Amino acid sequence: MSDLQELYQSIILDHNRRPKNYGALDDATVRRQDRNPACGDEILLEIKVDHDVITDVKFTSEGCAVSRASASIMTQAIKGKSRDEVEQLFRQFHELVTGKVKPTPQEARDYGEMAAFSGVSRFPIRVKCASMAWHSLQAALRESAPV
Amino acid sequence: MINPHRGDFPLLVKNPGLHYLDSAATSQKPRAVLDAMRDYYEHDNANPHRGAYALSGRATDRYLSARERVARFVGAADADCLVFTRGTTESLNLVATAWGRANVTEGDEIIVTALDHHANFVPWQQLAKGCGARFLVCPLTNEQHIDLAALRSMVGPRTKVVAFSHVSNAVGTVNPVREIAAIARSVGALVVCDGAQGVPHLPVAFDSLDVDFYAFSGHKMCGPMGIGGLVGRREILEAMPPYQFGGDMIEFVRDDHSTWNVLPHKFEAGTPNVADAVGLAAACDYLDAIGMENVLSHERALVRLASERLAAIDGVKIYGPPAAERSGVVSFTVRDIHPHDLATIFDEDGVCIRAGHHCAQPLMRRLGVAATARASFYVYSDESDVEALVRALARAQALFAQD
Repeated sequence: MSDLQELYQSIILDHNRRPKNYGALDDATVRRQDRNPACGDEILLEIKVDHDVITDVKFTSEGCAVSRASASIMTQAIKGKSRDEVEQLFRQFHELVTGKVKPTPQEARDYGEMAAFSGVSRFPIRVKCASMAWHSLQAALRESAPV
Repeated sequence: MINPHRGDFPLLVKNPGLHYLDSAATSQKPRAVLDAMRDYYEHDNANPHRGAYALSGRATDRYLSARERVARFVGAADADCLVFTRGTTESLNLVATAWGRANVTEGDEIIVTALDHHANFVPWQQLAKGCGARFLVCPLTNEQHIDLAALRSMVGPRTKVVAFSHVSNAVGTVNPVREIAAIARSVGALVVCDGAQGVPHLPVAFDSLDVDFYAFSGHKMCGPMGIGGLVGRREILEAMPPYQFGGDMIEFVRDDHSTWNVLPHKFEAGTPNVADAVGLAAACDYLDAIGMENVLSHERALVRLASERLAAIDGVKIYGPPAAERSGVVSFTVRDIHPHDLATIFDEDGVCIRAGHHCAQPLMRRLGVAATARASFYVYSDESDVEALVRALARAQALFAQD
């Protein structure tokens, strides 16, 4: 597979075309809107947190395929997870897109659909596209942290 | 056919597979420019204007003749009215700060256009905020021309400044400078033209443009990064306060007050950027040898070809006026593929394009897009670059069409 095919593999293109959890979440407990001024990408994350657990999440976004697919896959991965588990997932994701870990096909199964983003590491300029939704999520959870 | 000028550009020679289509952002540099700068540092380098020794005199001469050369290139007979700056951004900030703070007061009006680059938009917006002036944005026609009828109705007795661009960096519109200047003059407003995309791509004669200030960048016209110019009318420059204070711009410094040096030094505080000025002068020689009329017609032909080829592809939308009315820029979007994805995919084929808002967010908002893809041409571009662009686009569409 070429680097390009690795980056734009069918999982990413599918999520870009038909993003999961796309839309508004009326009973959200946290909302977070972020923009990347360098490229104009935008994301609105709406999250319902119940006793430290993310019970529901939806998003809308304007941006490239990598950023939208990443947001879509992220929303699937974090549902039902606690704050600590989400932090752990973000760490794993970040290591993946920056190329700090290169999972074998065997290990890749543990990453689920997130493994599709291993191709991003060969395009350093695009790491911020892949990470945008995660950074928004992290900021949203910090804002809503129980005191 | 391979463009004969391509061989003058070391970076392009070293990268034969590269299709550099981002010249509106910065141009590549011909060997003649790099050699001139090296020659300056190897033979004539010293701090100009100060040393009482021959070497400093030579550096002063090089700087002086560079100024005369660049002034001639932009059609300014009075070379002392060309102030060297870091580039267009600094030139426009200079005018907005030094002239603006001294002349714009509460209740005055400043007009810019929706076509402007942030560098000719934000300095005026911030000046207006600082002094309580009204900041007005002139709308555009459907083809992204400045709406002259709207501009005529916007100007009035309180209009102090009309700022606009000669050529749009985002969509390539070439604006009718003299017509816009006449509208501004009818109410006595200062006329400020952002020529960052003008000087590199078409013949410019400051003395016949009827503008008060004209700003440009060296690095977009085959010159080095870090130098550009501001041409202004002598009487306005002389009446204005300085922009920055320090060495070179000063005449006498007393404990309680100071007096300023004459033009152009009054606006060039600190050690001047001689090497880059020498490089920019060499860039003027290089472009004049080709002829700016030839540069313009060469780019127009490529813009027309690229526009035709891209428009024939399903899902492509091109922004701006018809190709014959545009400078060397093709700004476009492709259905269902974000410009950043296009840029990444094109890059794999050695095709360098710009994707984003092109520092023109007010324009992007009015176009209703967050970003466009932009291919821009220059003297070293040729048909093979257009072919590569079209091939890369087909590849991107094929990649995104897969299931």
